[in-house]
Amino acid sequence: METVGAIEAGSYGTAKLNYLNNGSTLKSWLLTKDHKRIAIMYLISVSAFFLMGGLYAAAIRLELLTPASDLFETGTYNKVFTQHGILMVFFFLIPSIPAVLGNFLIPIMIGAKDLALPRINLLSLYIYWIGGAITLWALMQGGVDTGWTFYTPYSTTFSNTYVLAVGVGIFINGFSSILTGVNFLVTIHTMRAPGMTWFRLPLFVWSHYAVSLIFVLGTPVVAITLLLVAIERVAHVGIFDPALGGDPILFQHMFWFYSHPAVYIMVLPGMGIVSELLANFARKRIFGYEFVAFSSIGIAVFGFLVWGHHMFVSGQSMYASLVFSFLTMVVAIPSAIKMFNWTATLYQGSISFDTPMLYGLAFMGLFLIGGFTGLYLGALGLDVHLTDTYFVIGHFHYVMVGGQVIAYLGGLHYWWPKMTGKMYSEFWGRVAAMLIFVGFNLTFFPQLILGYLGMPRRYAAYPPEFQVLNIFSTAGASVLGVGLTMPLFYFLHSLVKGKPAPDNPWLLPGLEWRTSSPPPTENFDTPPVVTWEIYDFGDESGLDLEAAKREAATINA
Amino acid sequence: MQDSSFVQLFPQQASTFAWQVDALFGYLILVSLVFSVPIILALFYFSIRYREREKYAVPKEIHGSMVLETLWSIIPFFVSMSVFVTGAIVYFNQYTPPDDSMEIYVVGKQWMWKLQHSTGQREINELHVPAGRNIKLTMTTEDVLHSFYIPAFRTKADTVPGRYTYVWFNATTPGKYHLFCAEYCGLNHSGMIGTVYVMDPKDFDNWLSGNAGGETPVQVGKDLFENKLGCASCHAGGPQQRGAKLEGLFNTEVHLVGGGTAVADEDYIRNSILNPASQVVEGYQPIMPTFKGQVSEEQLNGLVAYIKSLSPNAAAAPAAPAAKKPDEKAPAGKKADEKEPAAK
Repeated sequence: METVGAIEAGSYGTAKLNYLNNGSTLKSWLLTKDHKRIAIMYLISVSAFFLMGGLYAAAIRLELLTPASDLFETGTYNKVFTQHGILMVFFFLIPSIPAVLGNFLIPIMIGAKDLALPRINLLSLYIYWIGGAITLWALMQGGVDTGWTFYTPYSTTFSNTYVLAVGVGIFINGFSSILTGVNFLVTIHTMRAPGMTWFRLPLFVWSHYAVSLIFVLGTPVVAITLLLVAIERVAHVGIFDPALGGDPILFQHMFWFYSHPAVYIMVLPGMGIVSELLANFARKRIFGYEFVAFSSIGIAVFGFLVWGHHMFVSGQSMYASLVFSFLTMVVAIPSAIKMFNWTATLYQGSISFDTPMLYGLAFMGLFLIGGFTGLYLGALGLDVHLTDTYFVIGHFHYVMVGGQVIAYLGGLHYWWPKMTGKMYSEFWGRVAAMLIFVGFNLTFFPQLILGYLGMPRRYAAYPPEFQVLNIFSTAGASVLGVGLTMPLFYFLHSLVKGKPAPDNPWLLPGLEWRTSSPPPTENFDTPPVVTWEIYDFGDESGLDLEAAKREAATINA
Repeated sequence: MQDSSFVQLFPQQASTFAWQVDALFGYLILVSLVFSVPIILALFYFSIRYREREKYAVPKEIHGSMVLETLWSIIPFFVSMSVFVTGAIVYFNQYTPPDDSMEIYVVGKQWMWKLQHSTGQREINELHVPAGRNIKLTMTTEDVLHSFYIPAFRTKADTVPGRYTYVWFNATTPGKYHLFCAEYCGLNHSGMIGTVYVMDPKDFDNWLSGNAGGETPVQVGKDLFENKLGCASCHAGGPQQRGAKLEGLFNTEVHLVGGGTAVADEDYIRNSILNPASQVVEGYQPIMPTFKGQVSEEQLNGLVAYIKSLSPNAAAAPAAPAAKKPDEKAPAGKKADEKEPAAK
């Protein structure tokens, strides 16, 4: 314990050798095996994809400002929403938290030098780049208009766009997810520091364990599905197109078998971050640690059994729908358990409201709506009315943006000082968080109402009575856009002009705060031995609280 | 529909089961509020009451509570089960057409809806129906997936190439209502919209007689069967008959070569015309040629309607396999054909 006890709040680590200044050539980055450098390269890449996906979103909201299809031709609009979905889902949402924050933090959080398979980690990044490059090439050639769901037989027989190239890009990209998943599973099983038992793992690590299971078990299925689409398109083998003897519903089963669990890929890591934020900024052990940990595993397992709830009106058997609706209701329970435990964690805490915590609390509010609207869609009779309307769009943006993106931003702010060794502007951080919260709700709540009114999704033009709510939505999107752009500026600014970050800016007990900011290439100067329980904010954790309090007092004086 | 108020916040209710969907929606809003409001209040209360008063304080450690964990697992479970059961009841109402439904055939196509009444009237992107009568739509598509959606009726079903799907409703209020394609179908998806005109039964009868003309689906099918496609040369009966007997066939169970049985429903008949070798009935040779590519979706509808009309008593169908049950409860004989004129 004494090996890691030296963590006074005031020690600054930037002067010494760390993973950032340990080699500055391009080669030292491109051939690195350091999980932290790979995470930074992922950060830059997913941010670029997020920016592109965001521009498409802006184009969608501009088109929908008026009922007529006047900004774009309908064919262009169809490509815009398709490409928004593809870039955001496959190249931002799925890799973002695991490949950036998970990659950076899991080895440090469990007290390891690196991931178990560092070369595989670098390979996964290159696969992601290749998949992304092929997809971007296809978009520049003319793009794709099938919707991100690639429903057959439209995608296999009718669409005259670059379905094949985009499919290949996503197919290749899938292997990046699989490799990341395998790497995390092996690492969490084999690389934990002495004393780091399973129930001392931060919940961030537990949620990544659950996500990795889905990566490994689910991703191959979507790869197979896209391969079958390609075979049908190229060789006209009848698989999904009834004109060739295939079955279009089969595609939906295969696609959602992956893509529903993929929703949990997107939100589970966010839940892990929120667990960290709420516990650490309330300085309280998470309430019901085991329940929060196992509810992640429960979500990962049950998440594989609910895909048919996307198909209640597709012509699948009514009795199959009955089973899928039942299981959908069951999978809501672990999420409810998490919500209750997070709330209870704040009870009798000592809560501070730094920027990351604002994101944590925003997540709670938005995920409540995202989760509950999922229940509306899982209720059979209601889904018949709501499916394929803007209610679905509102619902999954509440989960994906309100849940995943908000948590990702919270995590990025929380660990930014650790990752870069610099502090960002707290003031601008809070302003951006609040703009995002307001803008987000103004964008997507009207869409829930539009959905109940019956406005179908993927419409370039719509009846005029839906316009007012669409104007609200576009106005909200403008606010949201400003809010989401701000971190780009103050984060970049912090790299140049930011104050050096202390090793442990909030005096927290996690292992990531017991190494320098930014960490050395080996993560720790001496390999840590864990003797304290998780989320222990008292003296037993080895934190020098008295020194920190004295220092805080002198700063205030 | 076409509400004139500035901002419409709730859709019109215009079918017999619309209120059930709305009631379910109301119940879910209630459930959401009952769970969310306490959580939000607790978040605010805790945030104020337990805000940081001293830097790096060490609050009392609480590990959890088995009682609370049990409570907040079990209560949501029962609540979600209540949502599941009520949702399922509404769903079965939405997808179980009553036996006495008036039948309309729908064919989706990029990017229009083609509809035909059993009395022969054809419409495109418009559907005229009488208020207060059960209407069953038998739907398919010529190309990609579409979805037939009337928000005011709270019902929707995808149309799937190569098979039949069904929607039914009983419209309560005369008026104009939106018809949307809800499943993305390509370039002009958002233009694949139409209007449903719900009319007083008397106005509807006037409309029907004013738009008389065109053969009924049964007449189309009979003509194809007896003349154009020559089905009758094998299937017309008689001692030398090489094809299966079709009288009384609909909705009965047939034994297939190679074991197994099938219920002779709309999809079975359709498939027997397009892929005859895939389900040869015991006692017959696989000699029927395929008619794939020779008959349009509308002609297929006619053939199916005609073959159904040969089994006037098929309403008392055998227990059908699970998935198809609601469909097969449908009246089999082409009763609508006889009923429509009688209604005048």
